[in-house]
Amino acid sequence: MKEFEIYGNKDTRSGFGEGLRILGEKNPNVVGLCADLTGSLKMDAFQKNHPERFFQVGIAEANMIGLAAGMTIGGKIPFTGTFANFSTSRVYDQIRQSVAYSNKNVKICASHAGLTLGEDGATHQVLEDIGMMKMLPNMTVIVPCDYEQTKQATIAIADYEGPVYLRFGRPVMPIFTPENANFQIGKADVLTEGKDVTIIACGHLVWKSIEAAKQLAEQGISAEVINMHTIKPLDEAAILKSLAKTRCVVTAEEHMVNGGLGESVSKVIVTNDLVPQEFVAVNDKFGESGPPMELMTKYGIDTANVVEAAKKVISRKA
Amino acid sequence: MVADVNSGHPGGSLGCADFLTLLYFDVMKHNPKNFTMDGVNEDLFFLSNGHISPVLYSVLARSGYFPVSELSTFRKLNSRLQGHPSPAKNLEGVRIASGSLGQGLSVALGAAQTKKLNGDETLVYSLHGDGELQEGQIWEAAMYAAAKNVDNIISTIDYNGRQIDGDVEDVLSLGNLRAKWEAFDWLVLEMDGHDFDNMKAVLAEAKAKTGNGKPIVIIMKTEMGQGVDYMVGTHKWHGSAPNAEQLEAALKQLEKTLDDY
Repeated sequence: MKEFEIYGNKDTRSGFGEGLRILGEKNPNVVGLCADLTGSLKMDAFQKNHPERFFQVGIAEANMIGLAAGMTIGGKIPFTGTFANFSTSRVYDQIRQSVAYSNKNVKICASHAGLTLGEDGATHQVLEDIGMMKMLPNMTVIVPCDYEQTKQATIAIADYEGPVYLRFGRPVMPIFTPENANFQIGKADVLTEGKDVTIIACGHLVWKSIEAAKQLAEQGISAEVINMHTIKPLDEAAILKSLAKTRCVVTAEEHMVNGGLGESVSKVIVTNDLVPQEFVAVNDKFGESGPPMELMTKYGIDTANVVEAAKKVISRKA
Repeated sequence: MVADVNSGHPGGSLGCADFLTLLYFDVMKHNPKNFTMDGVNEDLFFLSNGHISPVLYSVLARSGYFPVSELSTFRKLNSRLQGHPSPAKNLEGVRIASGSLGQGLSVALGAAQTKKLNGDETLVYSLHGDGELQEGQIWEAAMYAAAKNVDNIISTIDYNGRQIDGDVEDVLSLGNLRAKWEAFDWLVLEMDGHDFDNMKAVLAEAKAKTGNGKPIVIIMKTEMGQGVDYMVGTHKWHGSAPNAEQLEAALKQLEKTLDDY
């Protein structure tokens, strides 16, 4: 299997912060809004460089979403920042009516998504947000895999007209996306070519899937890892092209099994080309407090789970 | 409009007809013949209590945003005139969806802040129901507006004292509404929503007081169902349509509105 160059280790939220800093320099219409989590979202640089375009809204997320929708009227491109839970479940109706249905050019940027928020526990560990956001018409849903890709995605969504949900997180993870990568919304990245099984992952599970593919290679199994950074619109062509070759798929995500990436992939499979699928996702449970990586192990979304699912799905091939 | 599809909200619509007529025909600087979503260099209006869409559509059409004949499509399949206003079908004059209550003040404030960033000195107006003030987001927005000195907005409260389940006082009292807005550090004015001279004077005063660091709210006393004797003095016509007999009785009292629908 191909070796991945590691360019460093950082959190994806810092990629968002750096992307927003760069956008501040290059696009005068970009404005930032934050609900009392500027440091956690790494929005400090944008705030410092462009105080006139940064709006601290306090702990009032519903108001923040409405403000952002209104700010688009007159041509601004608002980036809202708070934890993923407060970016979605707390403000679902505000997003639904004022952003998605009204089709406003708001970028909802959500950090600390999933279990890897860690010690704060289940109140903050949203695992349903991809589902909630992908169900909304007009909404684009992006879950980048590492620091560099999060930076590139942040910059890319400013040039895209329409509502976007950008999901990222807190833990420090390896950076394997090169600086010269060409991030395209809705265009999946095939990271490793393989012939026995396709592994489709998003977010932190992309690195876990690369690690799983290495272990599978040592056991003589050739896995094709696809980084599906855009959940909606889904790159169906990339999925079908890979499945034509491997004839089975594992989906892997830091999200509830209900409503996640896996379900979106299932729909493609059952309506086009029926092959066996296994899901690496949280199985209808709330999380709990604990160290991020240990939580991933406990809740079954770690490297070993991807390896196991790959072997199982291969055994199910007709 | 409401009777034709046997659904909608006639009471609040009639109560705000005088205000919206004055706003669109006499107060706001706007450009009905060349509608743009961004509305740069024109006053913007946001209807937060979207259920009084009949009166908004009526005023928009008569202002020239879209043909008056289109009013007959209200709430029907394939219409741009949805039960609650929405820009989803590109209806001229509507810039945001409303219906789920409490969101419009935040939206209006966002638009007002964009005007400031753009150096655009026109104003933002918004209208809210009194029952709608029971929504928490209104007070998040109220706190924000004063703290951030959003002083290019004039919000109006349709203070008719009635909501679906009964009188606002009985459902969930707003207490001392003036004191609440003052405590949130807004400049508070009051007016009679059925006295054109009074409304003209108060809206002119409000406009004169913009740009002084404080958001402005006008508590507008109205009668739900104004102009139709049997709809006044009750909450029963908040969300119910009149039948044919009732419609005839109502329109006889409002003959001037009959010519173009």
